Amino acid sequence: MDPINFVILASVLFAIGAAAVLLRRNAIIAFMGVELMLNAANLALVAFSRIHGEIDGQIMAFFVLVVAAAEVVVGLAIIIAVFRARQTISLDEPAELKG
Amino acid sequence: MVNPVLFWIIAAITVIPALSLLFARKAVHVAMSIVLVMVGLATAYVTLGAPFLGMVQIVVYTGAVMMLFLFVLMLVGVDQREDLKETIVGQRWIGLFTAAGLGAFLVSIVGRVTIAVSDAPVTGEPDVVAVMLFEKYVLVIEVLGFLLITAAVGALVLTHTPRLRPRRTQLEVQRDRVRVGADPVNKPMPGVYARHNALDVPALDPEGQPIDHSVSRVLKIRNQTQDGAEFRAQLEDPSRKEGDR
Amino acid sequence: MLDLTWLLIAVPLASSAFLLLGGKRLDPWGHWVGVAASGTAFLVGLVALIQMLGLDSHDRSHAVHLFSWIPGGELNLDAGLLVDPLSMTFVMLVTFVGTLIHLYSVAYMEHDPSRRRFFAYLNLFVAAMLLLVLADSYLLLFVGWEGVGLASYLLIGFWNHKPEYATAANKAFVVNRVGDMGLIIAMGLMFTYFGALDFESVFAAADGATTAQLTAIGLALLVAACGKSAQFPLQSWLGDAMAGPTPVSALIHAATMVTAGVYLIVRSAPIYAGAPAAQTTVAAIGAFTLILGALIGMAKDDIKKALAASTMSQIGYMMLAAGLGPIGYAFAIFHLVTHGFFKAGMFLGAGSVMHGMNDQVDMRRFGALRTAMVTTWVTFGLGWLAILGVPPFSGFWSKDKIIEAAFVGEGAQPWILGGAALIGAGLTAFYMSRLFFMTFHGKARWTDDQHPHESPALMTVPMIILAVGSAFLGLFLAMGDRFSTWLEPVTGHAEHHEPVLPVPVIMIATLVLVALGVWAAWRKYGAADVPEVAPAASLATIAARNDMFQDSVNRGVFERPGTHLTRTLVYADAALVDAAVDKTAGGWARTGESVRKTQNGQVRSYALTMLVGLVIVILVVVQGGL
Repeated sequence: MDPINFVILASVLFAIGAAAVLLRRNAIIAFMGVELMLNAANLALVAFSRIHGEIDGQIMAFFVLVVAAAEVVVGLAIIIAVFRARQTISLDEPAELKG
Repeated sequence: MVNPVLFWIIAAITVIPALSLLFARKAVHVAMSIVLVMVGLATAYVTLGAPFLGMVQIVVYTGAVMMLFLFVLMLVGVDQREDLKETIVGQRWIGLFTAAGLGAFLVSIVGRVTIAVSDAPVTGEPDVVAVMLFEKYVLVIEVLGFLLITAAVGALVLTHTPRLRPRRTQLEVQRDRVRVGADPVNKPMPGVYARHNALDVPALDPEGQPIDHSVSRVLKIRNQTQDGAEFRAQLEDPSRKEGDR
Repeated sequence: MLDLTWLLIAVPLASSAFLLLGGKRLDPWGHWVGVAASGTAFLVGLVALIQMLGLDSHDRSHAVHLFSWIPGGELNLDAGLLVDPLSMTFVMLVTFVGTLIHLYSVAYMEHDPSRRRFFAYLNLFVAAMLLLVLADSYLLLFVGWEGVGLASYLLIGFWNHKPEYATAANKAFVVNRVGDMGLIIAMGLMFTYFGALDFESVFAAADGATTAQLTAIGLALLVAACGKSAQFPLQSWLGDAMAGPTPVSALIHAATMVTAGVYLIVRSAPIYAGAPAAQTTVAAIGAFTLILGALIGMAKDDIKKALAASTMSQIGYMMLAAGLGPIGYAFAIFHLVTHGFFKAGMFLGAGSVMHGMNDQVDMRRFGALRTAMVTTWVTFGLGWLAILGVPPFSGFWSKDKIIEAAFVGEGAQPWILGGAALIGAGLTAFYMSRLFFMTFHGKARWTDDQHPHESPALMTVPMIILAVGSAFLGLFLAMGDRFSTWLEPVTGHAEHHEPVLPVPVIMIATLVLVALGVWAAWRKYGAADVPEVAPAASLATIAARNDMFQDSVNRGVFERPGTHLTRTLVYADAALVDAAVDKTAGGWARTGESVRKTQNGQVRSYALTMLVGLVIVILVVVQGGL
């Protein structure tokens, strides 16, 4: 079976992640949506690596992994800081910065 | 080439749990589903000739990242229940439409593409990846090192609460409690004066009434408590109590 | 030595800075530093003069390069000095008279608490004036031009605790600014037409320029000259400038600074050579101002203001001569030099009178001072004879030549200009004699607390030196046309022209008019009693007493319309310019008001916007690629 199908799978996962970010108000769940989008991108990278027979795609996926780890650390820290200040992690709650 | 059966198994164990992101009410359930998705993705990596990346995926995502999510969930409380009713006008339908449209669009484009698959696939064995990382991409690795350190320090700074006042001793805490007229003694443990000393059973006061706040908040949210009526009846009727024993 | 002429400017400037920055500890002896600086400048100038006299006449123009001043693309201008007979004449006049007045001021300002500041300003003036006359470009001249304007402003308002004196200083400054605009415009025109500002290049380029260009430059320069030299219509500041201490009036507002306009015209001779219309305008303004000043002088009772009107009138003579072209340039400068001596001498005499009369300036309260102040009377009398043009005193040699030159020409012009010059001589005789007789002759009309006494030697010695100059300098310089020959390298050789009237006729007519003027003045102010309060008089006298209503004219013609124009412009600015800006800004603000609703603070909204944007971008890219 053609590895391009994994790219299609990645597209589907990406769309699910995007929908989660848009629709869920729980910050942690929305955040997991972001993680899913990142992993979908990784899957596409690895699939292209296989298709082209080059290892660079895997290396890029590795880098994405590291950056995602850093992002998770900071993002969760922000969620905790917001929770301490507001006793909630709803994304709709901090809406003071509006025009 | 990839085994079609394997592909469909992977597709099933990634897409179906991922949908819980949209439909599951409880964050813990979502987190556990995502763990499954990560494992599925790791399988896909191994299938696509990236065994090292697959192992790293399991270690980093299922082992570290998702566990971190769970820790945070516990910190903020499992009762952070989400009302699924949408508050922003049009957000739900426009969002769903756009996300679905994006997915359909991407799938339709990718589906039309045909690329010749390489005949000489490379396998991302650890030594191959290591040589690549530390020769060709050594500068990027260094920069990523900086990034990780910065992120770690940033997380510490964000979650740190500076101590503004001197630490209160236990004596001061106790005096304040007496001064405001609170109950000077400890709260009763659940199960005291009850037949069971289980955590889900409220304590009873000397008059046989259940004491609400002796039961954990979390158990109440989960509806896993008992009201103690059964045991109160036993108290009033010693014969049944003897009989039960 | 000629290369060291920069010392002329540097020494007084350094002294001025030293005195201003030195503080109170210099008070006991600081004024002597000022005198020494001025004296040093005079000695440097004298050595340079002697050296220059040793050169052939065509070698006498010497350029001193100081430093590269404005090295920029289109305009490359070096700061340099031009030492030639014309500038040396001014150097000698400024430093010699200046040093004498410095000396005089030591005594005159003895009781003034800020005497050190006064000397600092005087030194600043000397430095700026020397820069003005020595500069080798219009721009550097302009620096000196502004410098003397500043010094003049500071010195007119020296006693600025009196509001009217401070106002007088402001008036002088503002009117001078009008003239300065003329100089700036002239420089702008020169730069546009010739691309240069130094004398050498400008004069070289003037040969090939059109008459219209030269006329425009010439008229702009004339505006500058009118402002600085108190010529019509920018004459109104000079009378009020008498608010300054009398030595200032003598040095700045009689002998040197006010003649800078004449210097500017003479220096720009090559420009006027190609612009006859501008030249005639110069002569006409000179002739008009000389009559105007004389008429004002006839009615003034304030001794300093009468002398100021006389200055205006005499500079009118110089401008008239300068407007006659090469035949008049040398006489303009000649009269400038002799006038510098006798007018400075008379101002110092007036200062001496004021010194002895408790600062009284009303001539109706003087009278019979010849017995109390013999030296002042004699020195003032020599100046009086000189300005009258009585032979063989200085004024005769210079003024008579101007009158003769004014009669040269064709058509109506010589009759108008010459007639004005001739009548002016008679009027001059009348008002100067009136001043002299009212002050020194007749009966004493002093107030009770006045006890006239002769001034100290430090004041009388400069007066005596200047009086000697008033008496004999003209004869010395006129003998064998010495002065004209000396200036010839700069002003060009003047063809000899015969006046429309024979020379002896002009001379005799002049002398007769002068005698008539003196006789009329003696009858009315010497022999008869002078009322202590100005009597009611004819309309003409009232007009002359009020400076020909110059302030009212200025107010009506310039100030009121100017105010209205400004108000209109302010209104237009608010209604059109501001409104356009405000409306534009308001439009954007309203746009922002409506657009800001998209910024609802909901992060999920923003995420949706981003995703929609992403989809659109992909659509565009894919559709473009397909």
